[in-house]
Formats: sequence, structure tokens, C-alpha cells
Amino acid sequence: MKRLFRKSETYLLLVILVFSGVITCVNPSFFSLENLFDLLKSYSFLGILAVGLLVVLISGGIDMSFAAVATVAEYLTALAVMRWHGSIFMAFLIASLIGILLGVGNALLIYRFKIPTVIATIATMNVFYGILIMATGGKWIYALPENFGTFANLRLFTLVGQGGSQYGLSIITVIWLGVILLTAFILRHTITGRGIYAMGGCNADPGPAERAGFNVFRIHLFIYSYMGLLAGVAGVVQALLVQTVAPNSIVGKELNVIAAVILGGAGIAGGTGSVTGTVLGVALLAILGNGLTLMKIPSYWYDILIGGVILVSVTLNALQARKKRSKVIEIEEPAA
Amino acid sequence: MAMPFLSLRGITKSFSGVQALKNVDFDIEDGEIHCLAGENGCGKSTLVKIIAGAYQPDPGGSIAFSGTSLRHVSAIGAIHHGVGVIYQDLSLFPTLTVAENIAMSQLIAQGKSLVRKRRIHDLATRAVERIGIKLPLDELLGNLSMADQQLVAICRAFTSEVKLLIMDEPTTALTRREVDALFRVILDLKRRGTATLFISHKLDEVFEIAERVTILRDGEKIGTYQPAELDDASLSQLMTGMSPTYEAVEPPDPAGVPLLEIEGLSLPGNFRDISLWLLPGEVLGITGLLGSGRTELALALFGLNPASAGRILRDGRPVRIRSVRDAMGHGIAYVPENRLLQGLVLHQSVAKNLLLTVLRRLRTRFGFTDPERQREQVRQWIEEFKIKVPSPDARIETLSGGNQQRVVLAKWIALGPKVLILDNPTVGIDIAAKSSIHTIIRNLAGLGMGIIIISDEVNELVHTCNRVAVMAKGRMGPVFSGAGVSIQAIARAVAGNHGEMAG
Repeated sequence: MKRLFRKSETYLLLVILVFSGVITCVNPSFFSLENLFDLLKSYSFLGILAVGLLVVLISGGIDMSFAAVATVAEYLTALAVMRWHGSIFMAFLIASLIGILLGVGNALLIYRFKIPTVIATIATMNVFYGILIMATGGKWIYALPENFGTFANLRLFTLVGQGGSQYGLSIITVIWLGVILLTAFILRHTITGRGIYAMGGCNADPGPAERAGFNVFRIHLFIYSYMGLLAGVAGVVQALLVQTVAPNSIVGKELNVIAAVILGGAGIAGGTGSVTGTVLGVALLAILGNGLTLMKIPSYWYDILIGGVILVSVTLNALQARKKRSKVIEIEEPAA
Repeated sequence: MAMPFLSLRGITKSFSGVQALKNVDFDIEDGEIHCLAGENGCGKSTLVKIIAGAYQPDPGGSIAFSGTSLRHVSAIGAIHHGVGVIYQDLSLFPTLTVAENIAMSQLIAQGKSLVRKRRIHDLATRAVERIGIKLPLDELLGNLSMADQQLVAICRAFTSEVKLLIMDEPTTALTRREVDALFRVILDLKRRGTATLFISHKLDEVFEIAERVTILRDGEKIGTYQPAELDDASLSQLMTGMSPTYEAVEPPDPAGVPLLEIEGLSLPGNFRDISLWLLPGEVLGITGLLGSGRTELALALFGLNPASAGRILRDGRPVRIRSVRDAMGHGIAYVPENRLLQGLVLHQSVAKNLLLTVLRRLRTRFGFTDPERQREQVRQWIEEFKIKVPSPDARIETLSGGNQQRVVLAKWIALGPKVLILDNPTVGIDIAAKSSIHTIIRNLAGLGMGIIIISDEVNELVHTCNRVAVMAKGRMGPVFSGAGVSIQAIARAVAGNHGEMAG
């Protein structure tokens, strides 16, 4: 019980419950299974990216290029699938490979040339995205194959709402759940996963990890290619969700993803963070976005609220860290 | 006679033409506690890396474990022969649990790719039990004290069979009580046949339990001694090849108004009811354990940690010091302990660093910088402080520790302060550079400056200070002056306070 209250996840859950309560009071339609399943589906895209970014943040780095990677993967996959009438499986396969390839590029830049991760990935973001626009002229793709539509509407089970509307657990949500479970397993139960925490905890200085025997190069490769892989998967998920492919629909979502991961308790300094926290962070973002709409509050309040919540959580983190550092001297009381 | 556990013969090692080790013979007996001493750059760490298999010696030497001569020792080979090294930075992971920190290397060495909690716990428990200590295995390492972290590093070494434990400067970050606890562990390991090799560059606690001391100088072995044969003077003479001469420190002229006087200075959680005075031309030492409040007091005088009660007088007039600007305005300067982090801009040139504090004073009439005057000024300082640099444009990080320290001193003295506070001015620099810094300090005092030295090295204080004050638990203890300033008396006062603390 005591342990529970030391975790930031617990507080996040409380905040989510309070917000949900408030929103439900204003608009009871928020509190329905239908709305819940709908949110779980539409936030899968953000959720997959957030889980990938979590891995990068734990290692003490950051990846600004994931949205560009997702866009490139999404666009090229759409072109390929249309030309060869490929299956959904093929779409995921192509997108994953493209994502991994671009991720490996990031990893090599960061490891070989020791470029700060922010700089390296902002640069690759511009390169990836720029080349895509140059090659495609920024044309939208509307005519996705039919199987994209049917797959997006697959549900594991279907319920019928009061008005006769059908809803249920979407296949897209299931993909997100798979990503969550896989990532949690990797982070918790593999040497590579523990190495990511180890590296991040030493201010991203690879020295101690190297001396302890970790293969730091392999860890770097894993971190950025895994981010790339998930960005590729997220790209396909985005295409499934909106049924069109636009080169500019994803870029700009970076900050929402970063916000979700940081809200979920991952420290920017590295070494901390959990998949549970990140999922809760995504949930909070989803509930805020959806709730404000349901309460008919203008959308700029969403940005202000998100910014405010990030400021508060980062400040609390910093204060805690400072408290830990400053040791108080116990002054001897004079013998009276 | 039994074979020594480790025996090195004729070890030579050169790096691109520079000989780091010259024909060194070195033995460690089973279960022996041995100290390897020498100045920075004498080849200590090269020797250790050869023992640990990180470097290969030049052809011609031989390494034997328990009489078995080996042609080649790899890092893994050294571990198999029972060598465990604990580096000065410990190389631990603050955001992993204690158990993971202990067990991880072993799991990697076994070629595992999955981590099972049970297995980690078993490995860690076994290592902790082998050493005979208690550690909170499920706690995050970052929540442990420095001393406990060191024990974790020892446990990590003991996940494999260790016959020789090598520790690099193990006591510098520890309080006396923690050092005692560490020594109990070392002695216990000795009883079970594990030898320990300490690396140290000062005559400190390590010598208390070392059975033999080997001294290196310029890559050559000077000799192996019993600790009892060595005292401070002979040790530094052996380490440097020079005999340092210390002149007796005269007490200052007691007449006249103190440069600085403090009365009943307090800051909750830091120090309480501190009164002191500092005369012109006087060097005042303040010592005490880490956490005694000495550094906090120094920071208060420099406005970085302002006191909440009490008075500060400069030249007899009460002043308020709430910020660094206040302090500098009253002619008080502070040279921080961690010269690398706080005092210098490492990747800028010597000239730029020297000019940092006085740029405003060297302006032209129109407020622009004046390169001509700057160059002249820098040249003058480099000469005055005997800073050894190829050119004023050399980057600070390329200088030796002693020369870096001189740049810091010069930088502050350029401001012409009346009161100079030095926080551990000679930490981590070699003996020759040390004594030149001590000479600089005495010369500055000779010019009428008042100097406060915060230091852990009682020895250093005795040779440079007119008076030495001992602090403990945020309060002022005894103040020694004149003939009363002796290593024994001060060490006893510091240790005495420690005794109370333990009780």
C-alpha cells in the first residue's frame, strides 16, 4: 500500500478519475462503454508512438523524427499496397521495414558520431519529410484499397447501443495492446531493456554500462529501430483510422506524444518511466481532449491545460530531485 | 615458501613512445592488504589496468597467478583468475535496483538475454551473504548513501569468485564512520583469503589497514614498505623525489581591526551560532567532517547560502551579504572545491578564463573590449602565477590539475579581493603542484589578504594556516592557533567529534 503511494502512476490514475468524474457531471454521455471503445480506437495511433518514445526517453535520449518516419512509412506503404494490391499484413510488413531502416539510420548517427539525440533527430526529421514531399509533391492519396476499410472496422466483439449503433473492441486497439505488452516485456525482462534503464540512469553516459558488460551499440540500435518500427506500425494505423493518406497529417503531432509520455512519469533526464505510466498519460490526454469537446469548451483550452499539466509534473519532478540532493545537517542542540 | 597470489616481473608499458611503466616487479600475497601509492601520472592506473587485463604489457615481462605464468591476460581471463576491480566512479546504475546492480554483469557474462527476477535475487543474495553485510536489495540504487553504493560495487565484484579486490581511491567520498564499516568488510574478506589492493595518492585512512605499501614514481617502482616506516614527509619525498620544506607559520599581528568578523551567524539546517574573525595577512583554516557545516558556512560568506541570523563585519563595519554581488562588492572572493565544474570554462582558452572576472575593468573608453590590454594582462598573470601553458590560447582542459587550479586562483586574485575563501584548494592534484599552491597562498597572505581555507587535509592546514578551527554538526568547535596548531591535536578534535556523532 505504501509502495503504491510512492508511485507517480497512482497519482496519475487519481487525476484521471477526478477529471472523468467532473466531465461526467457536465455531460453524462462521456461515461459510456461506447465512448470508451471509441477513445481506445482513435487514440491507438498516439498510444503506439508514445510507447515507442518512452523507450527512447528512458535511455536518456529523445527522437523528434518519429512523426516523419511514420509519415514516410505510411505514404510509401500506401503506394506499394495500391500498386501490388497487397494485403493488410503486407502493409504492416512494409511499413515496419521502412521504420526500422530509418531508425537504424538515427541509431548510427547518434552512436557513431555522438551527436546529441535532439539535434540528430531534428535533422533526420527534416531530411525524411523533405525528401518525401519532394518526391511526391505532397499529393494526398484517397483511393486506398477496399481491404483497408474492412480491416479498420473489424471488432473482436460487437455490442449494440441504445440507438442501435454498433460498437466494440476494435482490431486497431488490439494492435496497440499488443505493442504495450511487448514493450513492457522487453523493458522489464530482457537484458537489453534493463540496459536501457541503466544507460539512461547515468545521464546517458554509456561508460558505466559498457564497463558492466552491456553491448551499448546493440542497445542504441534497438532503441531507435524499435521506435522506427512502432512509427511504421503507427503510420499504417493512422491510414486505417482516417482512410486517406496525407503527407502533412502526422507531422506536428510530436508534441502531443511527448506530452503523453512525460505526463506518464518518464523523466526527461532518462532512467525512469514505465509502460503503465505512459498508457495512463495517453489516457489522460484522451480524456481531456474528448471531455472538453463534450463539455463544449473551446479547443485552445486543451493546449493550455496540457501545457499546464506538463509544467506542473516536470516542476514536481525537479523539486523532488533537488530535495534528494540537498542533505540537511543536523545541528547539535546545546546541552541546556 | 608459498607462491604469491599475483606476481609481476619486469612489466613495461609504453604509449606512443611515452613509457608509463618501466620494468616494474610487483607481488601480492594471498589475503594481503596492499596499498599502491604515487602521484597522479606515476603509472598506478596503468599497472592496475594491466592486472585487470584491460592493457597488455610490452613484451618481456611476465604475469603469474599463484605461480602459473601467463603469456596473455585478457579482461575475462583476469576475472577468471579472481581479479575484481572497483573503479572510482563505481560504474553503478542509480535507476536500477540494488539487486540488479549486483547481478547484471554476471548475467551478461553468462550470455543471458532474458532477466528473471528470481535469478537476480538469488545471485544478489548470495553475493551479499558472501560479504556478510545487509543491503536493501529491492531499493533503487540512487536512494542509497555513497558508502552503501560502494558496498554494492563490492558485492557486484563478488558475484564471481574474487581472490583480489582492487579499489581506486575508496575512502575519498566517505565519512569516517563509513570508512570504518568498509574496513570491517575488507578485514573480514581477508580472513576468508581475499587480498585487497588500494590505490591512493595520499597518506590517509587506507594506510591504517594496509600491510604493505608500494610506491611508484614516473613509472618506476621506488620500493615496498611497511606503513609504519612511512610518515608524511618520507612518503611525499618518496613519491616526488623531492623533500618539501615547510616554514613555520608565524601568527599574525593580533593588533588592528579584523578584515572580517562574524558574530552568531546561523542558518537552520546548515550551521548555528558561529563566531569568527580574520585578520589581514592571516590564513584561517576550517576543517571538520563532510556535513559539519564548514562548506555551508563558506557559501554563506560568499552570499550563495545567506545566513538567516547573526552579523557580518567587514573592516569593523556591519555589512549585509545576501548575494554573490554583495560579497564581491565587499571584496570577498570564493574559489570552489570542484574547480573543474564551478571555477572554469573547460573548453575555452586559458586567456579567456583568466579574463572572465575582469572583462569590465579592461574596457576601452567606449565600453568595448580592449584586446591589447587583455593580452598584456594575461601574459603578466601567466608569469606571476607560474602557469605552465604552451600558449595563452591553449584550452583549459588540456592543462594538468595543478595548473588549472592556478588559473582559478589567478582569475579570482585579478579581482583584488580582501578576503579569499578557498574550498579544498588541492583536492586531486599531486604533491608538487600542492606545495606550489601552498606557496601562492602564503604569498597572498603576505600581501595583506585574509584567506580562509576549507580543507579535509589537516596536514595541509597545519602547514599553511595561522589558526585552524574545527567544526562539527553545524557548530564551531575548538580553534587552534600558534604552537597549538598540530596535526595530532586537530585530528583528535575532528575524530573526537566523530565519536560523539557515532554515540
